[in-house]
Parts: sequence; structure tokens; C-alpha cells
Amino acid sequence: MAEPAIVLQGLVKRYGEGATAVEALKGVDMAVYPGEVVGLVGPSGSGKTTLLKCLGAVIEPTAGRMVLGSETIYEDGWKVRDLRALRRDRIGFIFQAPYLIPFLDATDNVALLPMLAGQADGAARTRALEILGALDVVHRAAARIPELSGGEQQRVSIARALANKPPIVLADEPTAPLDSERALTVVRILNQLATEYRTAIIVVTHDEKIIPTFKRIYRIRDGRTVEEAGEGRPLH
Amino acid sequence: MINLAARDVAHGFGRYLATAVGLGLLIGVTLTMAGVYRGMSDDARAFLRATGTDVWVVQQHTLGPFAEASTLHDDTWRAIRALPGVSEVGNATFLTTQVRHGERWVRVMVLGFEPGRPGEPGYLVEGRPVARSHYEAVADVLTGFQVGERVRIRRNEYTVVGLTRRMVNQAGDPMMFIPLRDAQEAQFLKDNEAIVNERNRLAANPRINRPGVPGLLDTISEALTSNNNVNAVLVRVAPGAEPVEVAANIKRWKHLQAFSTAEMEDILVGTVIERAAKQIGLFLLILAFVSIAIVAFIIYTMTLGKLKEIAVLKLIGTRDRTIAAMILQEALGLGLIGFLIGRIAATLWGPVFPRYVLLLVEDTARGFVITMLACVLASMVGIRMALRVDPAEAIGG
Repeated sequence: MAEPAIVLQGLVKRYGEGATAVEALKGVDMAVYPGEVVGLVGPSGSGKTTLLKCLGAVIEPTAGRMVLGSETIYEDGWKVRDLRALRRDRIGFIFQAPYLIPFLDATDNVALLPMLAGQADGAARTRALEILGALDVVHRAAARIPELSGGEQQRVSIARALANKPPIVLADEPTAPLDSERALTVVRILNQLATEYRTAIIVVTHDEKIIPTFKRIYRIRDGRTVEEAGEGRPLH
Repeated sequence: MINLAARDVAHGFGRYLATAVGLGLLIGVTLTMAGVYRGMSDDARAFLRATGTDVWVVQQHTLGPFAEASTLHDDTWRAIRALPGVSEVGNATFLTTQVRHGERWVRVMVLGFEPGRPGEPGYLVEGRPVARSHYEAVADVLTGFQVGERVRIRRNEYTVVGLTRRMVNQAGDPMMFIPLRDAQEAQFLKDNEAIVNERNRLAANPRINRPGVPGLLDTISEALTSNNNVNAVLVRVAPGAEPVEVAANIKRWKHLQAFSTAEMEDILVGTVIERAAKQIGLFLLILAFVSIAIVAFIIYTMTLGKLKEIAVLKLIGTRDRTIAAMILQEALGLGLIGFLIGRIAATLWGPVFPRYVLLLVEDTARGFVITMLACVLASMVGIRMALRVDPAEAIGG
């Protein structure tokens, strides 16, 4: 088997100190491989969002180890100095709502990331159009965000997450606002892109419509994860 | 790299422009206030320039004739004329009064002068100079009079024979030039009833109307009802002579007070309009603070409306300086458009003001720099808020 895209070992996150301290993550172990779409499921308050924020290098874990590719990025403190660059270049984010920048058109919303990474404007836009094409929204490339439908906005959001070809994409409830058909379409797209770009995608969800589609699931409860085999129901 | 500020502005251009117009009108008011102050100073200087005088000779120990009352005999000029460096001298009286023009009252400053001597209006835009020794006048166009119209000043009527421009006093009242003798009469002579009463009062006074002293009553009565006073003697110095030195010479030898025109400007600007200038200065200061507060509030509100986007931008790796530059550029753009609108507005509504509004290039430049600095200062509020946004806010709904 290939080397995991991301590995978590005994990840702990504690909020506060002393008697009032709350341990949101109590030693999470996880490994996700390139080209794989993994579900991270659990009830509200189980620690899903905290885990996602740790994975996204947005908050600092309290203990444990995080390895991205072959590089240890966290072990008793961040091992990477520029977390912003880490997020920009190596982690893609898909949010519950698309959260696109409303004053940029679809192309520039996607091209912004390569530009921030230092790519020339032309190359960044070419890359954006390529991904928008892969997601079947290239015909809306010049449209302003308010002119796009909910589904189109979510596709542009996915395109943005993949713009810098990150090894890992974190999707936070990406199907929450969508109906069943559109939700399954999004999952299909994520699977297709994971395979195509060899990206590891972690989907945080409690959407019963899509949970059966994952081949592998991490169920999180009381700050601990349990790995389960998913149904891997085919996507039509 | 995409200019985020330009895109954001283009996205909500209508709202941005409306905000800039509001700010612009405020800046316009601020510029106009500065223009009113400048206009006030310029009016004072225009008045002094209008007389073509180098040295103002007034009553000793006074700052006359504008800051304080000053009275001189109208033959004082003879002694001054004989001093070295003096080329021309002329008597002048000043009288602020109301004259009727059609249905309205016009407040004017009447300057009594001797034709051909200092004190005469510098130039005419229409008509001719005063040529007769009585009952002719030259008026500033601001009075509204036309050549050929008649104006009543106190007891006499005058024909307007010429018009001049930008000749106003420090209060902005337009000037009206009439012959000295007429002005002396207008300024000092009493009305007929008062003269008759005065004569009766003198005749009833046994110390004046004494038996055995014929002619005493008539002499005193004549002295009281005639006038040989002026308010100032205006001096034009000879080529090569220094007004300050000539003024010093007059003060030293003639027991009079004398000021060069530069000194008289200082008196007018420094004393007569000082309080008005301070008031306007305070208004300017308040307006500047209000403008900064409004820009800060606008930028704060604009940033507040973008917090989620800023969180996303930070999460996906946008540098703080890119976000700060976006807010700063939007603030500067607001200031720039607002300033242009304000300057245009001040230019358009300036002439409507009753007082002269003088918009100087240096004031415009100073105002522009202050506006831009205010925008930078104001944007700090928005930038501070944006930089405190936690990228984690983009995750978790």
C-alpha cells in the first residue's frame, strides 16, 4: 500500500487548564491514503470540528503527532514555521456553505489560491479553468458568485480546494445544504477527483444519505476515533 | 495578483459611491469653511489694496481706522507731505452704512476720498471715475448698483458713475467711493432737526450767548455744525522709499500713528477678524474629527460585512498584509473619491455663499493630504478587526 497522505497518532486537544479543562480529542489515531475518500462521522459535540481544525492547522493540538506525506508537521509543537503557507499549498478546504468570495468571479475564486502561492496570473487562471472544466462548471467561469446556483457554488468551492493540488482536502459537511441527488453528485465528484488527483479527502459529515457511500469511516465519539469499514455503496 | 480592493469596490460600487458622495459633501463643507476663512483674510487685504496706499497715518495711540476709531484734522496731510520719502497723500474717511437698492437694504462701507489722490478705487470694470466734487459715486459690483443708478447716502443722493470689483472691507461689505467732502458731511453732520435743536440749546446758554460779545454764538454754532475731520491720511511713498521707514519717520516727528500696509494687514487679520478666524478654525477641527470618525465607522462597517470572507481568505493562506492592503486601499479610494466630490461641491456652491469663499490650491493640497491621512488612520480600525479574525471561524458553520 502507498504511503499515507496524512497520519495522526495519539492526537490530543485540550481546551483550558486545571479543573475546568476539557479534552475534546483524547488520542486520535488516523491514516488516510492518497486517492481515498474517508468519512469522519459522529454526533454533535463528539470532537469532529476540533479534529478538522487540528487537521487544517488552524488550531494547535495539545499532544500527539501529525505527519503529512513524509513530513512530521506536529509533534509536541508545530514543526512547520509558516502554517499559512502550509494551509495554502498542502491542504484544501471545502466548507458547509461555499464561502466563496462574492466580489470575485468563479474563475478568480479558484485562481486566487495559485496566485497567493506565487503563480503568474495567466497560469493561475488556466489552472482554474482546467479544474472548473473537470467539475462541469467552466461555462459559468465568468459568472459572479451571486449569479451561481447553490450546486454551482459548491462545485466552484471544490475547485478552489483543489486549485493548488493539495495532498489532502478537508470537507466540512459539504452536502449539508443540498438535497439527496445533489449530495450524491458532490460525493461522486469528490471520489472522482480523489482518484484523478491522488488526493486524500476527509469528509466530516453526519449526513445519512452519504455515509453509506464511504469505503472507510472513522467514527468519532467522546474524542476518540474508531475505524470502520464502510458500505462503499456504488454511486450512480 | 488580483486586486481584492478594486474587485470589492466594483462588486458594490453603488453603495461605495453613495458613501463617497456623503463623505465628499462633508469634505466639501470642510473645504468651504477653510475657503470662508481665506476669503475673510483676502477681503481684508483686498480692501487695503483697493486704496493703493503704502502707509496709513492715523490718530496717535490708536490702531485706527478699522480696529479703533481715529480722527485727524483734514490739514494734517500738509505736514506729512513734506516728510522725506512721501510721494502722494490723501485724506480718507470710512463709514459703514446701509443704503437702499430697490426693495433691499445693502450694507456698504463708504470711503470718502479726494479724486486723483491715494484712496481712489484702483480700477473700474464699468463707467468712469468720480469727476465732479459732489454727488457722484463708484460702487463695487456686489452692491448690485448699475452705472446711472442713484443711491441715497444719509441726506444726499449720488449718481453711480463707475463700478469696481473685489473691493470689500474685512466684513465682506462692498465699498462705495464718494468725494471726501460729501463723506465728511455724511459721517459727521447732524440732521436738520438736531442742528436747530443744538442752535436753540446754545442760544439758551448764558455763558455762550452773552450780552456784549457779538458773534460768539454764531462762531461756536458754526464750529459745532461744520466738520474738518478725517479718519486717516493715506500715503503713497516715493520710488525707492521703504514704507516702514516712512511710517517710522511720521511716528517720530508728527505725533501720529503710522502703519505700513503690511502692518495694517496684520492688524486687520490679527485683531479685527481674529475671533472669527478662531471660530472657523475650531469648526474646521471639529469637522476634521467628525470626518475621521465617519470614515472610520464606514471602514469598520465595510469590514464587518466581510468577516466571513476574511476568515476564509486567512484560512486558505492569504497573508495579513494582503488583507490589510485591501482595507487600506478601499479607505484611500473612499477618501480620494470623497475629496474630488468635496472639492467640486465646494467650487460649485462657493459662489452662492454671501461671503467670498477663496479656495486656495495650497489649502486643497493640505486638505487632500489630511483626508488621505485620516483614511489611513480610519482604516486602522478595520485592519485591526480583520487581523483579529480567527481563520477557524470559517470551519464549523
